[in-house]
Amino acid sequence: MGERVVFDRKELSRRQLKDYIFAIMSLLALGFGLITLLLLIIDLASTGLGRIDYAFMTNFPSRMPEKAGILSAWVGSLCVMFTTALAAIPLGIAAGVYLEEYAPKNWITAIIELNIVNLAGIPSITFGLMALSIFVYKFGFGQSILTAGLTLGLLVLPIIIVTTREALRTIPSTIREAAFAMGASRWQVIQHHLLPYSTGGILTGVIISLSRAIGETAPLITIGALTFIAFLPTSPFTEEFPFVTIQWIKDPFTVLPIQMFNWVSRPQEEFHVNAAAAGVILLTLTLLLNGAAIYIRASFRRKIKW
Amino acid sequence: MVKAEVKNLNFSYGEKQVLKNVSMPIYDNKITALIGPSGCGKTTLLRCFNRMHDLYKGAKYDGQILLHPDEVNILARDIDPMEVRMRIGMVFQKPNPFPKSIYENVVYGLKVRGIKRRSFLQERCEQSLQAAGLWGEVKDRLNSGAQMLSGGQQQRLCIARALAVEPELLLLDEPTSALDPISTSHIEDLIVDLKKTVTIVIVTHNLHQAARVSDRTAFMYLGDLIEFDETSKMFTTPSDKRTENYITGRFG
Repeated sequence: MGERVVFDRKELSRRQLKDYIFAIMSLLALGFGLITLLLLIIDLASTGLGRIDYAFMTNFPSRMPEKAGILSAWVGSLCVMFTTALAAIPLGIAAGVYLEEYAPKNWITAIIELNIVNLAGIPSITFGLMALSIFVYKFGFGQSILTAGLTLGLLVLPIIIVTTREALRTIPSTIREAAFAMGASRWQVIQHHLLPYSTGGILTGVIISLSRAIGETAPLITIGALTFIAFLPTSPFTEEFPFVTIQWIKDPFTVLPIQMFNWVSRPQEEFHVNAAAAGVILLTLTLLLNGAAIYIRASFRRKIKW
Repeated sequence: MVKAEVKNLNFSYGEKQVLKNVSMPIYDNKITALIGPSGCGKTTLLRCFNRMHDLYKGAKYDGQILLHPDEVNILARDIDPMEVRMRIGMVFQKPNPFPKSIYENVVYGLKVRGIKRRSFLQERCEQSLQAAGLWGEVKDRLNSGAQMLSGGQQQRLCIARALAVEPELLLLDEPTSALDPISTSHIEDLIVDLKKTVTIVIVTHNLHQAARVSDRTAFMYLGDLIEFDETSKMFTTPSDKRTENYITGRFG
């Protein structure tokens, strides 16, 4: 030890300053993102909020902006979301369970896994093109709610698969081993333990995927969703036995984002207000879905401790 | 009386051979302890008994473990691991109760077997918790979560869970290594008590524990079974130099 390291106050304050500057920069970056989002919401709300009333929710679209409403759009969105959920949830969860619990760890599985991740990044309009040629023409489903639900279902399938796998992976291997050691079959382990313990994570993924699907426009335009619909899908309830019908699944439809798109592209200013109002509804739906996801995740985390 | 017999058992994980030609008997209603330094293969040997290795890729058994009285080779390819695990119970190193109620935990093995009669499940639940020395502490809160119990209680719950299906053989993998001294002594008393009804194989790092509870001890080193004998003889006059070095604390 020759020279001693001396305490240099100047050097210290230089480092403190750098630290400070970096913290400020990060904060600014965060603020920029948040403020932009906030401005967007405020702008949308200030334009559209006043337009939302009972008539707006219960009227069909119209040539006259003050009479136009979003009834067919939100009912359509609901029907499409229902079909999407019905198609994507069982498929996604089953595929996730297979990949995580059953699939042999070999190169074929690795390729499948890689492509599922890739699938999540494919532009949504490509799904529309595929659906147009397969569901609309080859299967003859037409430009219906069924086609839309299946298309969006495929679009969000990777999200559900990936979150299902992540949820399963958080279950400690000691729990799996405990169940197997009791003589449980693989399916019993999945049914009694893995699925119940990962419900929170899986539900979160499902809701996130639905909130993504509800805002999708491009693939639905591609498969030929109508932009002007002045009637509702067939009612699911009938007067004759068995009192329910799925006829509505074959009906044409529109959805909120398409209705917005249609209104924005009109020249009249009043239609733009309508679009903003529909936007507020869509945004509220999305935020509600995301809020539900956060709530479910938190409550399941409280309930299950290892 | 011999309950099980390990015969020329070789076991490898991928390329690595973990057990080398191990042969030893497991005596009926006795406690057999497996001891040895880390990596000697004692836990691997234990996990062969209920085919736990089958859950992971790359496990390869060669040799036999015969389970008496029917002398079935539980390592045979045509024997389903589920069948083996229904006859042989296991308690793990870290308490691993399911995040369910105490009751659900104890009757799980019965539920797996499709038994649904409530009166029977309740009766068996009480018996098993009694046998595990936990009944008095939990009888008023059978429906509360198992995670509310202390570590020692959780481990006794895991023992009750294993006992509920009346296993022919009970495997204990360092059952007290995650517990405090008081819980440890509870469990040790329990283990000695249990051998009246069930044959036990226990892996332990704690030599005193092996000396206190077991009737026979197997000393393993680098995948070989070095010495197998009565515990009292093993800890006083071991015949192999390596055993002597290990139990006198010269390595391990």
